[in-house]
Amino acid sequence: MERISKDDVKHVAELAELEFNEKDIEKITSQLDRILDHVANVSSVNTEGIPPTSHILDIKNVFREDMAEKSVTQESALKNAPDEANDGFKVPKID
Amino acid sequence: MEIHYLTAHQLKDRLEKRQISCTEIVEGVYLRIEEVGDRLNSYIRLEKESALSRAGEVDKLISAGSDIEDFMGIPIAIKDNICTKNITTTCASRILENYIPIYNATVIDRLESRNYILAGKANMDEFAMGSSNENSYFGTVKNPWDTDRVPGGSSGGPAVCVAAGEAVCSLGSDTGGSIRQPASLCGVVGFKPTYGMVSRYGLVAFASSLDQIGPLTRDVEDCAAMLNIICGYDRKDSTSINVEVPDYKSFLKADIKDMRIGVPKELMVEGIDREVKEAVYRIIKLVEDMGGIVEEISLPSLEYALSVYYIIAPSEASSNLSRFDGVRYGYRNVEAGALREMYRRSRAEGFGDEVKRRIMIGTYCLSAGYYDAYYEKAQRVRTLVINDFKKAFEKFDVLISPTSPTTAFKIGEKMEDPLTMYLSDICTIPVNLAGLPAISIPAGLSGSKLPIGLQIIGNVLREDNVLKVAYSLEKAIGFTGRPGL
Repeated sequence: MERISKDDVKHVAELAELEFNEKDIEKITSQLDRILDHVANVSSVNTEGIPPTSHILDIKNVFREDMAEKSVTQESALKNAPDEANDGFKVPKID
Repeated sequence: MEIHYLTAHQLKDRLEKRQISCTEIVEGVYLRIEEVGDRLNSYIRLEKESALSRAGEVDKLISAGSDIEDFMGIPIAIKDNICTKNITTTCASRILENYIPIYNATVIDRLESRNYILAGKANMDEFAMGSSNENSYFGTVKNPWDTDRVPGGSSGGPAVCVAAGEAVCSLGSDTGGSIRQPASLCGVVGFKPTYGMVSRYGLVAFASSLDQIGPLTRDVEDCAAMLNIICGYDRKDSTSINVEVPDYKSFLKADIKDMRIGVPKELMVEGIDREVKEAVYRIIKLVEDMGGIVEEISLPSLEYALSVYYIIAPSEASSNLSRFDGVRYGYRNVEAGALREMYRRSRAEGFGDEVKRRIMIGTYCLSAGYYDAYYEKAQRVRTLVINDFKKAFEKFDVLISPTSPTTAFKIGEKMEDPLTMYLSDICTIPVNLAGLPAISIPAGLSGSKLPIGLQIIGNVLREDNVLKVAYSLEKAIGFTGRPGL
């Protein structure tokens, strides 16, 4: 049985903000199909009454005092920006 | 022995006796890098100039009478997914080719406070995704024992640096075996600490619930010394555990009498090379000769560990890697006229095939209609894996297994078939799912002179047992092999 179709792959690529050409779609569809087919064997495990893992230790939410601290400067935050304008990150028009 | 094959503690001893200077150590290591570097490709970036200048400063400190601490003046390779302030940190990806961190990872701050020397940034599989170091934008790393073969991954560079004398030790990261498996394939020691013992602050995230930084070294003593430096609570990492950090060197005792050692039969099944199995059986005999008690044990859920991992790790990765969008840092496609087109083309051009594949698997497993069947189900089965280990550690102090089912395989051999590649991590993955500490130590050489690794797994926060057994077996095995290059 096919677990994932080419159309599914195109849809997932859109969700993941990736793009593939037709040839790559073909290849990745068959690779994903094989991988998903393998990992789907988890469905045969009886997990009734077994909670999902959230943390390997018994750690709960971690909080700290809400205190203002020195942080990075605007200049260093922009240091790696591909493009900037008016002390901010510059991007192409939002569609 | 040549300077470049000494351990950090041997070098420390010589520094203390004024038999060697730190400058000589750094020069010795760089001489070796110049000799073998081109054949191995283990570094993405070298820091020779700053290393030599740091070495000069350390020599001044020493002649001024400063105490010589562990790793003071020792050249160390750092995997290129660990942020080094003002020094490019690429994750072996085109998307971060020119990324210059504005801060240090916590482990780097800790090493700097000990006056370590950064030898360079080590090559790796892109974003730590891979088992062969063939997924690097900066080219495949070669195994020094046979340069037609892979060094393992994803910390291939860090393992090769240590194995070939291009650094005294290194730091890697381990999400599903990425420290232990290359350590095994290259004949060095590699340790993954309990999840939460080492701060992940400044480690570029792959799968946050599994990632852990750890050392690769030439012996267990250096490994323990490095744990002393990198382990400990860090408020910058919300999954950091706030427990007292023991002196890991105090566990280096060659005595395993009456220790209970389990051999999970699920990790000795089909797919494990005959020679690898035989090496484990030889070690079991050694353990018994030393008064340890060895028994087989079954952890039935391990059969599903690989599947659980290849659902959870890509899911977390797909979320973590969404930050690479060409907006704040990293590669951007400058031709795109609109925002979403810019996202897509930057990511499509910036990420390599394996990274895209995992983002796709993860996005699929988390998407509407599939979340329950894949991601949530995997997290439930993960609980079963954890429970199986808990039960095993009621009876045993440590568990042992092969680290890798095979010795180093040929470059290109598994690249066309991702699933076969994933099977390389079958023995190491369960450990990450349960957050346990585990080490790989050299267990000997195969008939074709390739290293075989032994994995020793401890219960949560029981690094003591792992180190004790590793140290004892290291002495008993007496591995002294060196790659012939």
